[in-house]
Amino acid sequence: MNSFARAWDSDIAYSFRRSPVAILATLVSLAIILPAIFAPLLAPYDPFNPASLNLMDGFTPPGEPNAFTGNVFLLGTDNQGRDILSAILYGARISLFVGFSAVLFGMVLGITLGLLAGWRGGWVDSLLMRIADVQMSFPSILIALLIFGVARGFIPQDMREELAIWVLIVSIGLSEWVPFARVVRGSTMVEKNKEYVQAARVIGVHPARIVSTHILPNVLGPVLVIATIHLALAIIAEATLSFLGVGVPPTQPSLGTLIRIGQGFLFSGEWWILLFPAVTLLALALSVNLLGDWLRDALNPRLR
Amino acid sequence: MIAFILRRLVQSVLVMLVVSLVSFVMFRFVGDPIAAIVGQETSIADRETLREHLGLNDPVLMQFLGFIGRVVQGDFGISYRLQQPVMELILSRLPATLELALVSGVVAFVAGVALGVYTALNRRGVAAATIMSTSLIGVSLPTFLIGVLLIWVFAVELQWLPSFGRGETVTVGGWTTGFLTGSGRASLVLPVITLGLYQMTLIMRLVRAEMLEVLRTDYIKFARARGLSNRAVNFGHALKNTLVPVITIAGLQLGSIIAFAIITETVFQWPGVGALFINSVQFVDVPVMAAYLLLISFIFVVINLIVDLLYYVVDPRLRVDRASARH
Repeated sequence: MNSFARAWDSDIAYSFRRSPVAILATLVSLAIILPAIFAPLLAPYDPFNPASLNLMDGFTPPGEPNAFTGNVFLLGTDNQGRDILSAILYGARISLFVGFSAVLFGMVLGITLGLLAGWRGGWVDSLLMRIADVQMSFPSILIALLIFGVARGFIPQDMREELAIWVLIVSIGLSEWVPFARVVRGSTMVEKNKEYVQAARVIGVHPARIVSTHILPNVLGPVLVIATIHLALAIIAEATLSFLGVGVPPTQPSLGTLIRIGQGFLFSGEWWILLFPAVTLLALALSVNLLGDWLRDALNPRLR
Repeated sequence: MIAFILRRLVQSVLVMLVVSLVSFVMFRFVGDPIAAIVGQETSIADRETLREHLGLNDPVLMQFLGFIGRVVQGDFGISYRLQQPVMELILSRLPATLELALVSGVVAFVAGVALGVYTALNRRGVAAATIMSTSLIGVSLPTFLIGVLLIWVFAVELQWLPSFGRGETVTVGGWTTGFLTGSGRASLVLPVITLGLYQMTLIMRLVRAEMLEVLRTDYIKFARARGLSNRAVNFGHALKNTLVPVITIAGLQLGSIIAFAIITETVFQWPGVGALFINSVQFVDVPVMAAYLLLISFIFVVINLIVDLLYYVVDPRLRVDRASARH
């Protein structure tokens, strides 16, 4: 049996085929993620190139020809004549980049600290878990906001814009390491007393090697579920911070920035500047969230 | 009991010390505090005298202790951007935030409990199913998007309610309130829904789950067998036992409401502390940032401490477990 057939017959693939919600959520996320990745090839216009913008194209309603230039924009344009569709493609790219990077950072940090706490036990464990308890008592968006604010204070003025996106990734990542660390710590404490670990210890394998090559693969299962759910949370956190005007710099607008810009035009009747980025953000966050829920149930043997 | 309280107190004090250290380091080492105070014409000699006078040449530990001393007395320095004492700024904006948070909290709690009880008692009804599936959307919509959509529908299209600010306010003994004027109350509606919706769905789902759990227990069956009215069973017995965990969660959510007020205040240009903080992050106004950091941490630490102690008072099992564990 080739590997494709084996994957097709696996439990998880079966559960996927039986779940219309999971299939729909996958299709919607792919319909946003793929065009975002290939935005430079797919976008009809380059929204960040001032030379390609024509102010006469400004405020074109979606799908209608512009009154002056006759150009048609599928999703309309904003006040500067920027094509909303292209702005969404590039914006989703930035939202996804920040979301994925933040989750990756939080995940690596959480796994490392969780392994450390679970393996070492003792005061290292109690210190890390106390910190985790304290952090969990604050909402993560507040933690991200506070870290972002403090970090911005320490960065010299001329580098703030340049580093903003990285500071944002680190802030959101730091606000989300706790669930990863708790889960990994729990499973590590179970695994470290099993016979295969004791055997490795007896034959003198270095502890760092035991943890990284023997324990780590066995504690990664639940991490995948947490990572998926936290991807949705990270995307929303990024959008929220950017909407508040403290996230990505204005030169790299994400979906949150576009919604912030769109809100300004609500009263003058240009609803499309707000609506399309908002719908994209919602569809993205919702479908990733549903995928996470499905994954959690599919990987949980008790629910089968 | 005393050991438990002491341990929680020590932990809270430690958290506050760490937060003050972060605030102090920001305060002291972000930019030059002297440059923020004096004008450009001040000579270097004058700057040095001022530096000496403000104690900026003292050992860092002494400066930290001095910082804590001033903070305890409510002196957070002067805002770089607005050139006003930070404490004054925060105090003038605190009523707006507290009124918003309080009304949202009460609305979320009352509506959440009512809907939760309704959906639990009419589990198979169409209305309950609709409420439950709508609540899923309420949980997944980001707060700021709820606010923007509400503005779009109720302020732009229908023009029923104002979209920004607090309306007219009345000052009662140093406290500015929007409760007493019509425009003040109208201005509260949309921000309160925005801020309270998430908490409401949370409380609703919790009440529903707890209620369903309690309704399955033997003492409820017994109460029904005794022939008590539905009303007495549902509200006198079931709801009462549901509310203990709900109240603790609701208490913990109070901090969240104050934190999420940052977002709501920005969406509705509500002149509260959260909007002040967002501005200070944008302009790197360090004294305001440091003060807000301390203030919000203090609120959270106090709420968590109270809820922990309440748990201990409310749930006798906690006391028994600890006592027997010691033997």
